[in-house]
Amino acid sequence: MPDYNWPDAEHRTLIGKRISRVDSPVKVSGRAKYSYDYHGTGMLFGKVLRSPYAKARIVSIDTTAAEKMPGVRAVQVIQKPGTTVQWAGDEVVAVAAVDEPTAEDAVRAIKVKYQPLSYLVSDAEPPAGAGEGGGPLAEDDIYDALSNQVPDNQLIDTLEKQGVSFKVDEDFLKELKGYQVPDPVVQAIKSAPYREAKGAARSSYQKATAITLGNADQAFANAEVVSEGLYGAPVIAHCCLEAHGSVAEWPDANHLLVHISTQNVSGIADQMAEPLTVPATNIRVRQDHVGGGFGSKFAADRWDIATARLSRKAGKPVRIMLERDAELEVAGARPSAYARVKLAAKKDGTLTGWQSQSWGTGGPGGGGMPPIPYVFAIPNQKKEHTAVRNNIGPARAWRAPNHPQAAVITMGALDDLAAKLNMDPLELLRENLDLVVKDRQSTYREELGIASELMGWKEKWRPRAQNVSDNIARGLGVSVHTWGGRGHASNCDLTIHPDGSVDIKIGTQDLGTGTRTTILIVAAESLGLPLEAISLYIGDTLYPPSGGSGGSTTPGGVSSSTRRAAVDAREAVFAIAAPALMARPEELECANGTIRVKSDPGRSLTWKQACAKIGAVPITKRGHNDSVAANNHPDLTNSGVGGVGMADVEVDLETGVVKVKKMVAVQDCGLIVDLKLAESSCYGAMAMGISYALFEEKVFDQLTGRMLNPNMQFYRLAGLNDIPELVVHMMTGKGYDERGVIGLGEPPVISPGAAIANAVANAIGVRVPFLPLTPDRVLTALGQKAGA
Amino acid sequence: MSDDQEKNSSTTSSGVSRREFLKIGGITVAVPLVAGPRVVEAAGAPVKVYGPGKVPIELAVNGKKQALQLEPRVTLLDALRDSLDITGAKRVCDRGECGACTVLMDHKAVYACSILAIDARGKDIVTVESLMQGDALHPIQQAFVDNDASQCGFCTPGFVVATKAFLDKYPNPHAEDIRRGLSGNLCRCGTYHGIQQVVAQMSRKGA
Repeated sequence: MPDYNWPDAEHRTLIGKRISRVDSPVKVSGRAKYSYDYHGTGMLFGKVLRSPYAKARIVSIDTTAAEKMPGVRAVQVIQKPGTTVQWAGDEVVAVAAVDEPTAEDAVRAIKVKYQPLSYLVSDAEPPAGAGEGGGPLAEDDIYDALSNQVPDNQLIDTLEKQGVSFKVDEDFLKELKGYQVPDPVVQAIKSAPYREAKGAARSSYQKATAITLGNADQAFANAEVVSEGLYGAPVIAHCCLEAHGSVAEWPDANHLLVHISTQNVSGIADQMAEPLTVPATNIRVRQDHVGGGFGSKFAADRWDIATARLSRKAGKPVRIMLERDAELEVAGARPSAYARVKLAAKKDGTLTGWQSQSWGTGGPGGGGMPPIPYVFAIPNQKKEHTAVRNNIGPARAWRAPNHPQAAVITMGALDDLAAKLNMDPLELLRENLDLVVKDRQSTYREELGIASELMGWKEKWRPRAQNVSDNIARGLGVSVHTWGGRGHASNCDLTIHPDGSVDIKIGTQDLGTGTRTTILIVAAESLGLPLEAISLYIGDTLYPPSGGSGGSTTPGGVSSSTRRAAVDAREAVFAIAAPALMARPEELECANGTIRVKSDPGRSLTWKQACAKIGAVPITKRGHNDSVAANNHPDLTNSGVGGVGMADVEVDLETGVVKVKKMVAVQDCGLIVDLKLAESSCYGAMAMGISYALFEEKVFDQLTGRMLNPNMQFYRLAGLNDIPELVVHMMTGKGYDERGVIGLGEPPVISPGAAIANAVANAIGVRVPFLPLTPDRVLTALGQKAGA
Repeated sequence: MSDDQEKNSSTTSSGVSRREFLKIGGITVAVPLVAGPRVVEAAGAPVKVYGPGKVPIELAVNGKKQALQLEPRVTLLDALRDSLDITGAKRVCDRGECGACTVLMDHKAVYACSILAIDARGKDIVTVESLMQGDALHPIQQAFVDNDASQCGFCTPGFVVATKAFLDKYPNPHAEDIRRGLSGNLCRCGTYHGIQQVVAQMSRKGA
């Protein structure tokens, strides 16, 4: 049996080194082609008419004038009269025309009559008692729960308690399986009791979770200290710079070619097949580069289906890429989460009890409770979560779904407790590390020490509001986080040609996370070749399927499938080369572009010489990684990482403006494939963290039901001017490397928000409850402190 | 273009503010058109009016003259991308907020989404594609590679062009100059740390 295991440290020549991103040159020179850049021959430009109402019944649609306009080639009604739109910006009609201005004119010429309905766009705290006795779940509720990443156990629990209001048929279950819904959830839906939905309109509030662990009441009765607070994070957007969308073209009546901006190349065809009534095998999906996804680009969206339909009607390629306002309104939202938290503890800071009433929205589907208390399994807990179902548009997975919110709530509460105890919060975290999952305790201890050194915590930290001069308050904050990992299902074909050239085909995508670089490093390391010697082809359904890039599962998935393919191909070359080297295949190794005898490296063939013996037919080996770790022998990935984030901030007490002065990230992710790119992930995540901590929020107008800031002026992202000194330390070496490859997309983005919020509290001496920490909120908190 | 429309480190990194754009858009035209515009009286002065149909527009892009037929409302960015298939400059915000469409116009960094193609006639337009020197990356592009200053890469062409324009004007910037001078471009992946390193490295070299 070939040895697939990762080479140990002394045998690694590429893995773990600092290697430049292989697709940087095409990106910096503007040659990288994104789906948005694809221009098919005779391509038409599509535009979408969107609902101006947050909730309305479509009464009538008149497209006559648009269809008669010169240059208009196809019109496609997306939602028919009689349908109820559930959010402003919802798609109603799409048109395709010879150029963009004409398409815009055509959209304006369409007449739609709406009957506006009452709506809710607020996610303010639900009234007391709201949402008791949740009714049975409709199909939409289940779709919403799944797209909102409601944790599996919460959804299963709700299904068992509340049942479903529709007959679950095999088609529905099959569809869910197609979306890779975990089996236990599918089973729970299948076996959920049928209950008739009550006639009344369903409540905007749904009691989503009520969990009691241990004896919380007693813990609070016996507590030496109780700390209370309010914490939360709003709905934010993904704001991928490349908008969602696609170009569709039909080479013939039964075959569709889609150039789509996606995190899920191999998963798109199956989603388009049914609505378009074309076999999935007749749908080819292509994408070279994607301009950001962050969790929002797994689906063939409604507008992508409309694009394909317009193209079929018009007989020409059609492009619809969302306008920026639509991108911010409908193409991605991170659910909000807010909580009133009470903590019980001993005087030494030992946590003994947690109580929380939380709420939040993920749009029409409500959403689930974030994993609170986060990281620390406090022994006695009582927690309730109310999901707010409203009309702000659907939620999508946002980098580390639910975790940044959980960190803001939990780490904020721990920080407030530390302040009440007059303790350094870093000490409070250390004191409670035995509440952390056992395998991570020493990791966190080590990481907290390193982070503290890098931040200069000991020298800089002061109790709250004691570092003020000239109206500038300075403070430090800390947060810890965790994430899973493993590897998604992945297949990789590696071919060695008789001329020595090597190619790899794998139906994955590179979101800017370094997937191409990861694959090439693993293959080159395994074959003893330089990266440049290998041609890599990704982003096409013609290549072996590989999972969608979510949950930090791509590095594990593609590195495993690539490693297996490369090792198998290498073994095949060894078998062919062995006679010429008068050795047995197992005595051979490849290094530095040669194949040689391990015990006698002088006996060698160049790679080319060895491959020349392959014969006429190239060697192709398929490497596979199974998403179930136990099915991989050996499993080359792992799950479960810990990380620490720290922030040093300045707050202007007169203006309320928060400036981050320094951030530190310390992170483990098992065996690091490329140290340079791993560090980049952390640098980037800190910048993104500063952005959502200080600026980002989807603001809704209660009077019109519309998003007020669907542009990049008022939906502000952090810019270069907001980025302070950033320090990254990756955990490597013994205790980390041997764990195998673990993805890094999610973890480092989790702590920054909480760390910055805690640093602001440390600086100004009062908690600003909700992100983003805008000047008005800082001043309000300061005002309340002064008035108290 | 007047001096106050220049890329200015103390205001914004783009060449043309939205207000300036509105002022110049379709009102003042320096070069006569092949197809004569109508002349109307507006605010007591004669104003040339083009369109609404397509009019001939000649652009000089990366040293090459390009004859196009475009409606006057088409932006320089859309002309580059959709008519000339020059796609390095990206369309992101489409209203002068993010810098992903940054190109050089007469050596100044401008937001191509906020300039009408018709107003770019007679100007020297340079896009990211022409910065390479043969097969070799421009030193600034190489510094982006070396410092891993791109992730998804969608903001990168704009940043590369903005960085070039900035360093052309301020070869030895202070840290504060860098923060201000490049704050007209936005990145979602958060590659700012790498970009700071790029500028620091290039200014040490005296690019």
